[in-house]
Amino acid sequence: MRKTWLAYPYTLWMLLFTVIPMGLLIYFSFTTNSGTNTALTWTHFQRFFEPIYLKVLLRSITLAAISTVICLLIGYPAAMILNGSSLKYKNTMITLLVLPMWMNFLLRTYAWLTLLERKGIINSLLVAIGLNRLDLLYNEFAVILGMVYNFIPFMILPIYSVLNKIDRSLIEAAEDLGANPVITFIKVIFPLSLPGVLSGITMVFMPAVTTFVISRLLGGGQITLIGDLIEQQFLLVGDWNFGSAISLVMIVIILITMGFTSKYEREQTGGGLW
Amino acid sequence: MADHLINLINVSKEYNGTKAIKNINLYVRKNEFITLLGPSGCGKTTTLRIIGGFEYPTDGQVLFEGTDLTVLPPYRRKINTVFQKYALFPHMNVFENIAFGLKIKKIEPKIIAEKVGRILELVCLSGYEKRSINSLSGGQQQRIAIARALVNEPEILLLDEPLGALDLQLRKDMQLELKAMQQRLGITFIYVTHDQEEALTMSDTIVVMNKGQIQQIGTPVDIYNEPKNAFVAGFIGESNIVSGIMLEDFLVEFAGCKVPCSDQGFATNEPVDVVIRPEDLKIVDETEGIFKGSVKYVTFKGVHYEMIVEAHGMDWMIHSTRLRPAGMKVGLKVDPYDIHIMKKVAANA
Repeated sequence: MRKTWLAYPYTLWMLLFTVIPMGLLIYFSFTTNSGTNTALTWTHFQRFFEPIYLKVLLRSITLAAISTVICLLIGYPAAMILNGSSLKYKNTMITLLVLPMWMNFLLRTYAWLTLLERKGIINSLLVAIGLNRLDLLYNEFAVILGMVYNFIPFMILPIYSVLNKIDRSLIEAAEDLGANPVITFIKVIFPLSLPGVLSGITMVFMPAVTTFVISRLLGGGQITLIGDLIEQQFLLVGDWNFGSAISLVMIVIILITMGFTSKYEREQTGGGLW
Repeated sequence: MADHLINLINVSKEYNGTKAIKNINLYVRKNEFITLLGPSGCGKTTTLRIIGGFEYPTDGQVLFEGTDLTVLPPYRRKINTVFQKYALFPHMNVFENIAFGLKIKKIEPKIIAEKVGRILELVCLSGYEKRSINSLSGGQQQRIAIARALVNEPEILLLDEPLGALDLQLRKDMQLELKAMQQRLGITFIYVTHDQEEALTMSDTIVVMNKGQIQQIGTPVDIYNEPKNAFVAGFIGESNIVSGIMLEDFLVEFAGCKVPCSDQGFATNEPVDVVIRPEDLKIVDETEGIFKGSVKYVTFKGVHYEMIVEAHGMDWMIHSTRLRPAGMKVGLKVDPYDIHIMKKVAANA
């Protein structure tokens, strides 16, 4: 007999925290309240496609994309080093990589505040060696830095896990057939690690495009991202309907990206996270 | 030296202080089919990997046509390998796999297509160019792996237990095909296996290895008929191996009997290993035999019966086409020239 009752707590959990909120989100985004009447409407979505909001969306996507690219450029070589190192080193390195994640996300981001401030550690050092202070905080640079810092483990780990699974004999076969290390990388290692790269990209891009904490703290309100916009609608403006509509648009965007990557991964056979 | 394609000179390899191979000296002639044979962990794969360039020896030298290539990386050697688990690139189709080496050499696409077509014909897989690797059976993948190596026209082809994953019938077919291919193409094959039958079937020369050392080098016939020590005798074919004492030239004592033999040159009363092939022990009437005993088990093996006869406190294996039922009292006889006397080897004791 299959113990289907074991799934009940999970079903309940899903119902309470996913299905019902999603239902509410859809309900709010398509309705409008005037006094006691509730009416169906498209206006929230129409409003979102006004230039001012589209600009926010574009900025969010741009910053998230830049962060993802930087994460990939740093993360791929890091994953390769991790994979190439001996077992003894490997565990230490993975621990060091994961260690910051044991700390609260907010705390980690606050730490950057003290580093980047006008009177922070980095600027003090610059002054001490006779250079000018830099404006490191409350700009796009700081936001990107925060994103890269917070999300880079999600790029390194899936790439590492795929690299780790590549059969050593495939690399030897490439060398055997005359490929030097560069050609071996381009023709064998990189194509075989693509599922990990795709997982990494999704896992970095998704939280980066929806974050509001990083832009709030490190952007100092100068840089409004889509996440900030949603937060404002709910907590400051109190326009739950518009906030829900923006959230729904974001969900659709994310589903589309995930659809693309998972389709590609199925063609590539395995190795990814979904 | 003139026709020696590969020379291994005093080659040793250590892994974390333990020696995988010790002082290997070996030469391979042009157009030779040479097999490294031994149980797992005997160092045969390590030796092959050193020739391929995937491992560098801790000590010693590897010469290729007289020039040193001890520390040359694999991609600069005129050697190709067929890997144990084929190691075909899963993200490429059959054509791309086979063309991999040729593309790196920047050969014209037209010629590449031609060569791939011809090599696919050779391995009987014409028309498979566009197939994905995962859609092929084990035997087909095996052929593609061989084609991918051969298309580069190497001087030497290394094969690391290439038939290990195939079923018996396919393995036997491939053995003959590989041998035929080697003779037709005139390429030197260095083949690694733990299957003595495979080695005997295909090789011009067999190198028997154990515990990182070469035990014997010779033709299949030599190795089978004149094994150098008890290990080789035990590993190649089946053997009865018993301890004995060489009383004088042409007389050996074992199993409590003094038996005439054809060997000489041992010290008086030197302890030796006595090796008798199961097909050389003859079952006769109880009164005529050197040894007397009774049949313990009988197994039907197809061409012959394998009988275990208990005599003089030990079990003897006998292959014969004539069945004696279990429990029957019998005598055992052996001709002097079928008794092989070998010096005791401490390492194998």
